[in-house]
Amino acid sequence: MTATTDPSPAKPAPLITADTRAFWDACAQGVLTFQRCTACGHVQFPPRPFCVSCRADGPVTERSAGLGTVHSHTIVHRAPTPAFKADVPYILALVDFDEGFRLMAALRDCPPADARIDLRVRVVFEPMAGGGALPQVRPLLE
Amino acid sequence: MKPVIAGVADTAVGRLEGVSCMALHAEAAAAALADANLRPSDVDGVLCAYSLAEPHLMLSSVFNEYFGIAPSYSAAVQAGGATACALVMQAAALVRAGICRNVLAVCADNRLSGLGRGGAVAALAEVGHPQFERPYGMSIPAAYALVARRWMHERGTAPDDFARQLAAIAVTQRGHAHRHPNAQARDPLTMEQALSARMIADPLRLFDCCLVSDGGAAVVVSAVDAAADRSDRAVSILGYGQMNTHEHVFAMPSLTDFGCRQSAAQAFAMAGLTPSDIDVAEIYDSFTITLLAELESIGFFPKGEAGPAILDGALDLDGTLPCNTHGGLLSYAHSGAAGGMFHIVEAVRQLRGEADRRQVAGAETAFVHGDGGILSAHCSLILGRA
Repeated sequence: MTATTDPSPAKPAPLITADTRAFWDACAQGVLTFQRCTACGHVQFPPRPFCVSCRADGPVTERSAGLGTVHSHTIVHRAPTPAFKADVPYILALVDFDEGFRLMAALRDCPPADARIDLRVRVVFEPMAGGGALPQVRPLLE
Repeated sequence: MKPVIAGVADTAVGRLEGVSCMALHAEAAAAALADANLRPSDVDGVLCAYSLAEPHLMLSSVFNEYFGIAPSYSAAVQAGGATACALVMQAAALVRAGICRNVLAVCADNRLSGLGRGGAVAALAEVGHPQFERPYGMSIPAAYALVARRWMHERGTAPDDFARQLAAIAVTQRGHAHRHPNAQARDPLTMEQALSARMIADPLRLFDCCLVSDGGAAVVVSAVDAAADRSDRAVSILGYGQMNTHEHVFAMPSLTDFGCRQSAAQAFAMAGLTPSDIDVAEIYDSFTITLLAELESIGFFPKGEAGPAILDGALDLDGTLPCNTHGGLLSYAHSGAAGGMFHIVEAVRQLRGEADRRQVAGAETAFVHGDGGILSAHCSLILGRA
């Protein structure tokens, strides 16, 4: 290969904070996590040091089974930045995981015509160029 | 002291090569002050928004310095598409509290010539969550497409019918823009063109998405006695309200019911009016789905009835709710916070009877709404002929 075409610019890596370091460390190990309040049981995402429902300190981190349902989806035909241009068309979904938290993720290994609300999915982890892994989803094969 | 809108102005819109962001601010400000019959030195409050092309941490101070004024009160507000309405709400509150007598609210950006369309799309995608949205390649149209798909699902609308409802919004507003000599997109648009345009983020096609523009607008809010010599043209601020429910699409409490319900309810309660009392509406239309969803969430149409009503001409100049009579963000222009301010300027012109070929006959009450983020921040205004 000669350098006749520009390489795709790097995709933006998650800008990790002190609140989310443990979440991304778990993703790198292939584990999806969420938080549950020990005082009131409220489930929340993304992680933070207090419960947004009852304001108690120190919600605990729990491991998700990684199974969820598509709440909504879109097929992206126009990339937001050049970094995603080679990927179009790609499916973005809002996924409600069974434990009660919602994540955005790309729906992989799914023909666009098969994407639908209420589709059952499971998490998969995609390695990122700069290290770590991004949680995405694929259809759950019953 | 009772606040009124004493003056409004807007600049040319579209691609304005060779004009800086601050020059657009100054042009809009000077014209709005002239419209209010005020001098720059009469301004004791300045409210600005933000700029993508020429960003600054303290945009209102930058404007004051550039324009050559030293107001006693000054602030910049950033609430995305809700900003323009929020500036007028804040200006009204400052006048009501006796802190200011003449507040200049001014917004402008040169994001088309300054950033280019692709640069503006990329810059706007930066509002996605830096960990849980941006790494996934979420564009702003994609975020609204997620809302659109869920809306269609919960309303039980067939995809073809839904596409026709959205297209009817784009076509209706293009028709309004055609009657406005300054609109950026005035070429006729047919249903067939809208329905066959290239897909951006399914189910949203090209004409479901707003324009990218250069341009500016300004509104002067004055104490009623300060505006007395122009009282024949002053417009009353009858009500206002806000609601802020989330920022990011993955954190939306609902994809089909939004804070505009509460912000509008506050404004209507303050004004002592109901949606059926409104003669003309100027409602934020970053995407066709934005308007469709807000029309029902606010209460202008019962659940599931907005789309069919729009297909029947409800938003036409002689319809049950003439809406976005300048063409809106879809066809008039969208230059950041000024995009929302064009809605306010148009409402004032309608109430003054100055809307020429797009005048809604006998308009005495106007509803204006802005929303920022992904239907995140909402601000509603109700204006009336003084």
